[in-house]
Amino acid sequence: MSSRFKQALLGARDTIPMLVGAAPFGIIFGTLAVSSGLSVAATLAMSIFVFAGSAQFIAVSLIASGTGLAVILVTTFVVNLRHMLYSASLLPYVKHLPQRWRVPLAFWLTDETYAIVQNHYLRTQVPLEHKHWYFLGSCLAMYSNWVACTVIGVLLGSSLPGMAGWGLDFAMVATFIGIVVPSLRSRPMVVAALVAAAVALLAHPLPYKLGLILAALAGVIAGLLAERLNSAKPIDLEVPNEQR
Amino acid sequence: MSNAEIVLIVGMLLITFTIRYGLFAVGHRVRFSPLLSRALSYVPVAVLTAIVAPAMFMPDGQHWHLALDNAYLFGGLAAIAIAAAWRNLLATIAGGMLVFVLWRWLFG
Repeated sequence: MSSRFKQALLGARDTIPMLVGAAPFGIIFGTLAVSSGLSVAATLAMSIFVFAGSAQFIAVSLIASGTGLAVILVTTFVVNLRHMLYSASLLPYVKHLPQRWRVPLAFWLTDETYAIVQNHYLRTQVPLEHKHWYFLGSCLAMYSNWVACTVIGVLLGSSLPGMAGWGLDFAMVATFIGIVVPSLRSRPMVVAALVAAAVALLAHPLPYKLGLILAALAGVIAGLLAERLNSAKPIDLEVPNEQR
Repeated sequence: MSNAEIVLIVGMLLITFTIRYGLFAVGHRVRFSPLLSRALSYVPVAVLTAIVAPAMFMPDGQHWHLALDNAYLFGGLAAIAIAAAWRNLLATIAGGMLVFVLWRWLFG
């Protein structure tokens, strides 16, 4: 076995725990997208061409509530901005590669692959030479898993008509809660969440889902302010944070 | 696939890919200001919470619904409790759904 192929397999293998976490997410996305009124072709195309789990979920929930295109696109931008941080952090490791490598690696860059690959690049005893094959292996594992799970979800959703009335939209609420709550590990993060929730509720009557954008901005600003207050006045009341 | 769907997907593709590829394309070492990095770290939590809160308190998308028969509210509270206790995504989805379905059946 060539060592490139071995690296790719290794990357895929190390990504397995992330696949397990993403699978239900993909299935629920497929089911929900179809029951929210997105066509089967568009649902699959979204997973194949956009490949951004949380943005896809949010787009579908916005479609279901009749939101216009511009707001969905702005929200996609805001939600995906974090990927720029990931690419900045991985840049030193990929800038020696030709564009034919950088384009696909960028397209497939997700939260999960970032977490796995970043860790691998930090291990200096492995030479840099074949590390992009490891990166690629992780990407391909995430991508095929996501697309396959979307197909399963679409099949489930369209073989069981009337699923829309089952309250599956609640699955998305539960999914988002399951993502947000464990990340509330510092006081500023809690402040950001509470302020975002309050502004979202108060600004909800605004047209074009402007309340969502306003609430996201308010949450970010509140988090930054809380951070400043926290560091200006260190107090020991804080529960020691668990390190992930 | 309708035209509107094609525009939506192409738009989301262009936006997402530009964000992911922009720095890789340029290839120089780019540094984010610490303030911007910290601000970005709050984005996922702020956006997701801003979606969840109205979904729990205003399930019809328009009116406050603070009543015992609001399964979205109580299912959501159960999901928050489960997520806080176990920090496990699957347990949160499964437990939250279970409470939601039971609640609808009991009070719906």
